[in-house]
Amino acid sequence: MREFAYRRAARVSDALTAVAEDAGARYLGGGTNLVDLMKRGVEEPTRLVDVRRLPLDGVQVAPDGGLVVGATTTNSDVAAHPEVRRRFPALALAVLSGASGQLRNVATVGGNLLQRTRCGYFADLSRPCNKRVPGSGCAAIGGVHPNHAVLGHSEHCVATHPSDMAVALAAFDAVVRYQTLDGAGEIPLSRFYPPVGDRPDRETALPPGALITAVVLPGSAVSPRSRYRKVRERASYAFAIVSVAAALDVRDGVVHDVRIALGGVASRPWRAGSAEAVLRGARPTADGFRTCADEALSDAKPLPDNGYKVPLARNLIRAVLAELAATEENR
Amino acid sequence: MIDHTRTDVSLRVNEAFHRLSVDNRRTLLDLLREDLGLTGPKKGCDHGQCGACTVLCDDRRVLSCLTLAVAADATAVTTVEGLAAEGELRPIQEAFVRLDGFQCGFCTPGQICSAVGMLAEHAAGWPSAVTAGDAPDRVPELDETEVRERMSGNLCRCGAYPSIVRAVLETAARQGGAA
Amino acid sequence: MSPEPAPGAVGASRPRIEGPLKVTGAARYAADVPLPDLAHGWMVTATTSRGRVRDVDASTALAMPGVLGVLDHRNAPRLDQGAGNYFGPDGSLQLLQHEVIPYAGWPVALVVAETPEQARAAAAALRVTCDAEPHDLDLGLEHPAARPASTAFGPEADTGDLDAELAASAVVVEERYRTPEESHCAVEPHAATVWWDSGDLYAVDSNQGAFSVSEVLAALWSIDRERVHVRSEHVGGGFGGKGACGPPVILGSLASRRFGRPVRIVMTRAQVFETTSSRPPTDQLLTIGADADGRLRAVRHRAAYALSPLAEYIEACTEQTKVLYAAPAIRTQLVAVPLDVLPPASMRGPGATPGSFALESAIDEVAERLDLDPVELRLRNQPAVGPVSGLPFSTRRLVACLREGARRFGWAARDRRPRSRREGALLIGSGVATTSFGAGVFPSTASITAETDGTFTVSVGASDIGTGARTALTAVAADSLGVGTEKIRIRIGDSDLGAAWGAGGSRGTTSWSFAITEAAKKLRENPGDPAGPVTATVDTTTMIDFRPGGERQTFSAVFAEVAVDPATGEVRVRRLLGLFAVGRVINPLLARSQVVGGMVMGLSMALHEESVRDARTGRLVNGDFAGYHIASHADVPDVEADFVPDYEPQDPSGFNGLGEIGTAGTAAAIANAVWHATGTRHRVLPVRLDRVLEPGRAAVREP
Ligand SMILES: Cc1cc2nc3c(=O)[nH]c(=O)nc-3n(C[C@H](O)[C@H](O)[C@H](O)COP(=O)(O)OP(=O)(O)OC[C@H]3O[C@@H](n4cnc5c(N)ncnc54)[C@H](O)[C@@H]3O)c2cc1C
Ligand code: SF4
Ligand code: FES
Ligand code: FES
Repeated sequence: MREFAYRRAARVSDALTAVAEDAGARYLGGGTNLVDLMKRGVEEPTRLVDVRRLPLDGVQVAPDGGLVVGATTTNSDVAAHPEVRRRFPALALAVLSGASGQLRNVATVGGNLLQRTRCGYFADLSRPCNKRVPGSGCAAIGGVHPNHAVLGHSEHCVATHPSDMAVALAAFDAVVRYQTLDGAGEIPLSRFYPPVGDRPDRETALPPGALITAVVLPGSAVSPRSRYRKVRERASYAFAIVSVAAALDVRDGVVHDVRIALGGVASRPWRAGSAEAVLRGARPTADGFRTCADEALSDAKPLPDNGYKVPLARNLIRAVLAELAATEENR
Repeated sequence: MIDHTRTDVSLRVNEAFHRLSVDNRRTLLDLLREDLGLTGPKKGCDHGQCGACTVLCDDRRVLSCLTLAVAADATAVTTVEGLAAEGELRPIQEAFVRLDGFQCGFCTPGQICSAVGMLAEHAAGWPSAVTAGDAPDRVPELDETEVRERMSGNLCRCGAYPSIVRAVLETAARQGGAA
Repeated sequence: MSPEPAPGAVGASRPRIEGPLKVTGAARYAADVPLPDLAHGWMVTATTSRGRVRDVDASTALAMPGVLGVLDHRNAPRLDQGAGNYFGPDGSLQLLQHEVIPYAGWPVALVVAETPEQARAAAAALRVTCDAEPHDLDLGLEHPAARPASTAFGPEADTGDLDAELAASAVVVEERYRTPEESHCAVEPHAATVWWDSGDLYAVDSNQGAFSVSEVLAALWSIDRERVHVRSEHVGGGFGGKGACGPPVILGSLASRRFGRPVRIVMTRAQVFETTSSRPPTDQLLTIGADADGRLRAVRHRAAYALSPLAEYIEACTEQTKVLYAAPAIRTQLVAVPLDVLPPASMRGPGATPGSFALESAIDEVAERLDLDPVELRLRNQPAVGPVSGLPFSTRRLVACLREGARRFGWAARDRRPRSRREGALLIGSGVATTSFGAGVFPSTASITAETDGTFTVSVGASDIGTGARTALTAVAADSLGVGTEKIRIRIGDSDLGAAWGAGGSRGTTSWSFAITEAAKKLRENPGDPAGPVTATVDTTTMIDFRPGGERQTFSAVFAEVAVDPATGEVRVRRLLGLFAVGRVINPLLARSQVVGGMVMGLSMALHEESVRDARTGRLVNGDFAGYHIASHADVPDVEADFVPDYEPQDPSGFNGLGEIGTAGTAAAIANAVWHATGTRHRVLPVRLDRVLEPGRAAVREP
């Protein structure tokens, strides 16, 4: 780890200025991803601007029944918040199925969104990686990649986005709020992580130096009827192989609204919009769920080692939808 | 402005006040171990993957290996050494000894600090991944499944898990939640 | 059967003596000892599996703040090349002595600095260039370099007419099984704090046998063993991975000599994965023939394992095949395949653990083919004497383990058809496996001093790596001296205490307790002058009968119940029960922890563990705790373990070791349960969810 300077920002404007002054500066949230990568030499900031104690924490209920979650709110506080649990249960579950109690106690919402991929080659400085060193190549494509992407990848990078929280946010049409020295802005989560293409190093649509200030979850009738299921190599304390955030609102025996987002399968949380369209207005039957799950994976292009993710994702979508439908029936 | 690679930090550790200048790269774990001689917190991985370095920071369980010492400025830290007065054991510590909740003992300081923090989280009504989807207003009952999920951030290669779970549950039952 | 032992400390459950130190953080491990003027070393390792170091450019690193220096093969002090391990010379001890890179992870330099942060930063700034050469990491029975394994542990089995018995068999099962490279993963990384003083070498080191480490260091430095002082008071787990003289203590001795200061080296977790030994991968072929009534006629067990050309090693996968079942023809063929890997090390239940996965899976397949209950099949094939050796068993309580285990598990209610039990969407299955594990004793020295205040100081070069040795030996000493445990003060974990076997091979406790009981006997026979302290010292080397007239083995039966979600491939172990016959149990509380811990490791092996290497570089791609998963709290049910009454007549106190047997049978029991749940045989470990989802992946793909 290279030597670096450290500042604790007292105000948002201080943080923005401190980062703008130094091209090598980075914001420090809980540090659970950044410090890890600094120890590996993957990240080499010259200055850390600690934003964790900025007054950007807390969860507010918005007039539309949605929520505004401050960027420095810890993952634990998000998951424990009664309104999050009531209005967006899949979000609470997603957050709680990530990392461990200790990590969630310091990890922030902003940092969680910006955590880097868990592709092993990304963290191995001796191997080429387009995400770490643009243009150097991708060691994963010809290497070991059972847990890489099956959707939305490119010949330049096949890594997945590791966040569980972001999968639930994708399902709920969340919007990321940020601030730069030029003012405030918003990016919907659907555009927050751009397609990989030939720039796997460009991971977000945030302008340079932007500080994430909050995540806005629009209110909706479907969000309280949601679940998150995560499949992984061990029962806890492991990243997803495949995960599903889904919500289902059935009225008069017909699907009124449905949300499906997948984790562990793509470079970003993968919203399965066309699969949702299959179900909307249809009856919530096992056959319908099967068609919907098939549609969600219809564009999948598995790599040599990870074909199993396709049936796994399909099965998981069907299982979660069936579970939600059963709950709807008893409502 | 001149940037420095060292910073003065003040923090309370196990009730004692410390003020010291640290290399910005130093983690809280290394500050505790190297600067303060508190070697109870252990370095099992240094990357947040084992839980051996767990301490309580302002009463929350955290991983001291991923916490920069500078970022812990002005906090109150409790390590395993600070859980009980010299020569005494806290109920959870006594239960670990009596029920043999460890073998090599290397993960133990982390397991115990984690258990203390976890029981407080549970007492505050926090959900876990095994129950969060149920009734949002319900405080889940602490059973084996709950304890296992909540303690999963603490690996034990000696495989003392079953007796650790027993020690935690017994302590919770006897203390009405507090460890 | 067993002589009725007098009631005493042995047999009573007592918590660990050092328990209060461990739960308060007061126990000091190798990286915990405070020392003035301490410098910190950071290893730099090779990223190719074979090749040569061309250059180590330290110019940037040397100019960095706090850096004391950089050691590489050009400037490191020289070591003696003859130094070795248990099996003979070991080239992997020759760190920084030459430019050859024998495996990925080989240390190529050591940076020494005032603080760990400075050392780490300088290590990252070191520019090492290497010339890579082609490497070979492909293990297989058919590998052209495969050669017969060393027979240092005993000859191969070749009894009866195998071909004739197979030809006469009603069913023949021939199946191939593979187990991956696995890592010990003690939570304490290998670490050492090392210094020289007046020509004597001092080390506080994390190892499983301080005495043997001192012997290796003495050989490396060509100095008298008495001048090397290794202490290992508390060790954060070993499981075989700390049996050798590890890189930190060797490099620390080089650096401390060179820079004239005490040096501490704590390996990073990634280095522990890459630069310390692992359990070698195995490739095994089982051929079993049986009569229609379930009597075995022939068992052939071929097994290959990986080793390094740098050192001899035996992964004795075929041992149990010589012990567990009666069959007119038994043949074993164990081959070693030299590959570009670091020398493997024993890992909890070496040989037996991968070996029993193959053997006990194959036996289950025989039961399936015969439509016979797998417990019943095992009961029908129990030998009266060693099926290969012909020697009587000194004790063999395997049937008791099987019967009692089956009773407690509720085995009788099991429908043996696969996929016969469901709970909602889950498939439920149960499985069983039995094991044997060799027991014995090695030479050790113990001293007991009768102090003038009526207490006794017991000194033995034992290690407590979590086994509870301190506590167990205190009980043994108390009983053999006829006093209460409060009168005993025990000193262990120090090479100055004299020659002693390490904590390994499940022979630590028997070896040390033998020496202690003999020393106690000597002391009671020669009480000496009660006015002053009296010491009796015994070295058991000449007392041990290495060719006793009987098979000395421990036994177990393990039962597992799993739930499999066929939609996701997730497997959860819901119940795990082990019954063990391990001689007389010294401390049931601690003994249970040992075998439960062993079973947890077996569960972890069954479902999670495998070191994955990139074929192009030979490097690990999952060398950390987030990539190489070991079982977490949430994976482990409330494991049940118990002991059947047993007494080992070859031991003066009736003891046998129990540190490893818990691991051995568990993976097969779980894999058999997964078959019972799903109908798919998992012949490749671990039982990964992709293999459950796509059953074609669960079989060994022929090369
Ligand atoms: C062992 C382990 C297991 C884990 N398992 C999981 C898992 O299963 N699922 C999962 O989802 N996650 C998992 N995580 C990842 C964890 O969730 C992230 O590390 C964490 O959420 C990051 O948050 P942080 O506040 O600590 O971020 P930091 O490490 O502080 O920062 C991460 C990045 O975000 C930037 N940043 C931080 N805050 C802001 C802001 N407000 N505005 C702009 N930029 C900002 C930083 O500059 C940095 O680039 C795991 C981590 C570990 C170590
Ligand atoms: S998959 Fe992406 S992150 Fe991984 S090596 Fe390739 S480019 Fe790098
Ligand atoms: S040392 Fe901090 S989690 Fe392992
Ligand atoms: S007691 Fe050894 S790792 Fe937990």
